[in-house]
Amino acid sequence: MWRSDAMAEAAASGTSRHRWSIDLDLKAVAPFFALGLVLLVGGLTNPNVIGVGNLLNVLTRSAFIAITAIGATFVISAGGLDLSVGAMMAFVASLMIMFLNSGVIADPAVMLVVAMIIAVAVGAACGLVNGLITTVGRIEPFIATLGTMGIFRGLTTWLSQGGAITLRSPDIQSLYRPAYFGSVLGVPVPIVAIFVAAGIGAFVLYRTRYGRHVIAVGSNEEVARYSGIPVNRVRTVTYVIQGLCVAMAVLLYVPRLGSTSATSGLLWELQAITAVVVGGTALRGGVGRIWGTICGAFILEIVGNIMLLSNFVSEYLIGAIQGAIIIVAMLVQRSLAKRS
Amino acid sequence: MSAERPICERAPPPLLRAEGLGKSFGPVEVLKDIALSVRRGKVHAIIGENGAGKSTLMKILAGHLAPTTGTLEIDGAPLTLAGPVDAERRGIVLVHQEILLASDLTVAQNLFLGRELRKGLVLDDRAMNARARRAILDLGVELDPNTVVRNLSIAQRQLVQIARALLVPHRVVIFDEPTASLTPIETEALLKVIGDIRAKGTAVLYISHRLPEVKAIADEVTVLRDGRLVAARPAGELQPADMARLMVGRDVTKLYPARQSVWTQEPVLEVRDFSVPGFVSNASFKLRKGEILGFAGLVGAGRTELMESVVGVRPGHGTVKLDGARVHFANAHDSMRAGIVYLSEDRKGKGLLLGQSLRVNVTLAALQRFTHGLQIDRAQEHAALDASIAAFDIRVPRRRMLAGELSGGNQQKLFLAKMMMLNPRIVIVDEPTRGIDIGTKQQIYSFVVSLTDRGCSVIVISSEMPELIGICDRIVVMRSGCIAGDLSGRLMTEHEIVMMATGATSEEAALVAE
Repeated sequence: MWRSDAMAEAAASGTSRHRWSIDLDLKAVAPFFALGLVLLVGGLTNPNVIGVGNLLNVLTRSAFIAITAIGATFVISAGGLDLSVGAMMAFVASLMIMFLNSGVIADPAVMLVVAMIIAVAVGAACGLVNGLITTVGRIEPFIATLGTMGIFRGLTTWLSQGGAITLRSPDIQSLYRPAYFGSVLGVPVPIVAIFVAAGIGAFVLYRTRYGRHVIAVGSNEEVARYSGIPVNRVRTVTYVIQGLCVAMAVLLYVPRLGSTSATSGLLWELQAITAVVVGGTALRGGVGRIWGTICGAFILEIVGNIMLLSNFVSEYLIGAIQGAIIIVAMLVQRSLAKRS
Repeated sequence: MSAERPICERAPPPLLRAEGLGKSFGPVEVLKDIALSVRRGKVHAIIGENGAGKSTLMKILAGHLAPTTGTLEIDGAPLTLAGPVDAERRGIVLVHQEILLASDLTVAQNLFLGRELRKGLVLDDRAMNARARRAILDLGVELDPNTVVRNLSIAQRQLVQIARALLVPHRVVIFDEPTASLTPIETEALLKVIGDIRAKGTAVLYISHRLPEVKAIADEVTVLRDGRLVAARPAGELQPADMARLMVGRDVTKLYPARQSVWTQEPVLEVRDFSVPGFVSNASFKLRKGEILGFAGLVGAGRTELMESVVGVRPGHGTVKLDGARVHFANAHDSMRAGIVYLSEDRKGKGLLLGQSLRVNVTLAALQRFTHGLQIDRAQEHAALDASIAAFDIRVPRRRMLAGELSGGNQQKLFLAKMMMLNPRIVIVDEPTRGIDIGTKQQIYSFVVSLTDRGCSVIVISSEMPELIGICDRIVVMRSGCIAGDLSGRLMTEHEIVMMATGATSEEAALVAE
């Protein structure tokens, strides 16, 4: 009831700027509440969990999934799905490392910049392929990206000949290291990257015409088409955004390990989708919550961390717990939806 | 009427009775103190404007909602419904206004969904198909029970839905605006079916906006306004005009606005030899500047498909000229940019994003106007919504509500407001008043007419002949995918339209137009 009261107040004050900011959607707040709860439980089981050092560490490690999941938020909001992100990450990272190892450019700094540009371009291209197969090829996104998942994974295995692809040049390694291990004003670079990516993502999704079109297409494709929205282009671009996000994750991944193998990025797609759904984005499309997604990614990583630091649950159960989280999150959302 | 009275006096208690029925959603009281007695073998009409509470009342009677106050009785015994299944078990069935069918299943599979006939462990398709064919035939229509529902027209789906409801052993059948998407001929057939059901001793509750229909079929009429009962009388005592006055609370005899024709000879839109594969062949017509051009025809005549194809949302080929210059629209964006908007008959499926806010809906088609640099200007969006709410008299109980929470008439107004954001020169509206109450209809008519005063040209597709005759300058009639001809001036009569639309002889047409 307080919702309508708040509205009446806003209407009475007559300022249209307030109207949309006062309203507090329970579903939008729920993930943050859940994050708080997880931290509280974590702190009770082991005070180290909520130490600043540990938290920074955990957030840093969540960067890959969080950034990938920002792209997934776009894809899913528009009513699509991308299962290929994990394999795509391995593929893009492998190409990047192979290029760095090729030595075609002598200067390590120039080499690195060119390699990063290549990674971004390949990521975008992979996304474009996914997008075109689902829109122009009119193949269900689940099937289309299941196919490209196999292709990207297979190509990675072939490139690595079943082994690992490792960055060889120590110059480039030391030059590139700070991109993951460095920090800006005390904040680790990956965390900065998460917030920059999320900030851009939120702006695009909430404030631009393209973002509005994404939501419209995800809500009802026919209505969008009859409203003059280029549905296929909007959908395709969500996959390109997903590809760009994967590429951004690669840019952080390569300096961390300096190596990829056939199993790099395994099950990332499931973690990214879990983060998106836990964050309050509807799998059927039409609702997208960027900050919720980030929150979802943090929750996943923190739960894993709690399990590592505490003794009463085996860390081998992490997968099971994450699976349970997604189901609980959906149940909570359902009950919130009923109430409102 | 008076001959019936003695029978009523010694009659057993009413089959279904409601007393002091009320329903509140939070602080909002949508229904208050409703009394209702439904008798065997009678048709009881419930009429009222959109949002008057008719649907809520029906949902309570069919067990979909529990009443907040009041009691229900069946055969004089208190009745509490646990849900729709419970209601069906007691013989109360509801024919929904919305189409609730599985589109990928066949007609027969839908009819028997959840109550499939079996032979041992396997489905008895033959028996189900045979019974489905008969059930549909009972409604006066021939339809292959093996047809997949997806391939049916809206009217055919509606009939399947009615057939499905009637398969349940029923004592009370509730029809929620069953004729909203039917043509006069199909309506005629349905009214006959309802007559048959009544003759078998079933009680019928009938909700409709079409007052002549109510007058024709109902024995009793209950009028709701703003969630309250304003009148309950024998149908014989009320004329359609009285019903309209009771519903709206004011005089609505002047349904169609008086207007001066403002059209000029100059054609703005010229369509020549236009074909839509499977629907329309070689259609040609001209829309003149300032004209309101009606499109009449039976459901399935290809009117919707022709217009959809002209504006680029459906594949088709032919010549389209705008102000004399050849144009081609590959999608809705192209035609909108050229100043043409098309408002689909399917406002829930193709018009509005039901799960999104009013603001998002109203600015969706013209979002460019609200974008400065990269950003959408939300304050400007809010201002536009305010202006639309005022201009179109959209009744919005809560400003933050979703489009899907508005009543049908208000959704239609929102849809109009959304498309008018594009400042079109040519407006094509498809069944603009389907399922809408008479007060809102009147508003929509005067809006359509006001468009021509602003220099717009309008095409109205409608299955309601009186409204075409009431507001159009000229009416094009389509029959089975072809243009059968056009009518203007004195020739715009229901009789002439039906004759052209069906290809029937003059005498047959006169019968239907009655």
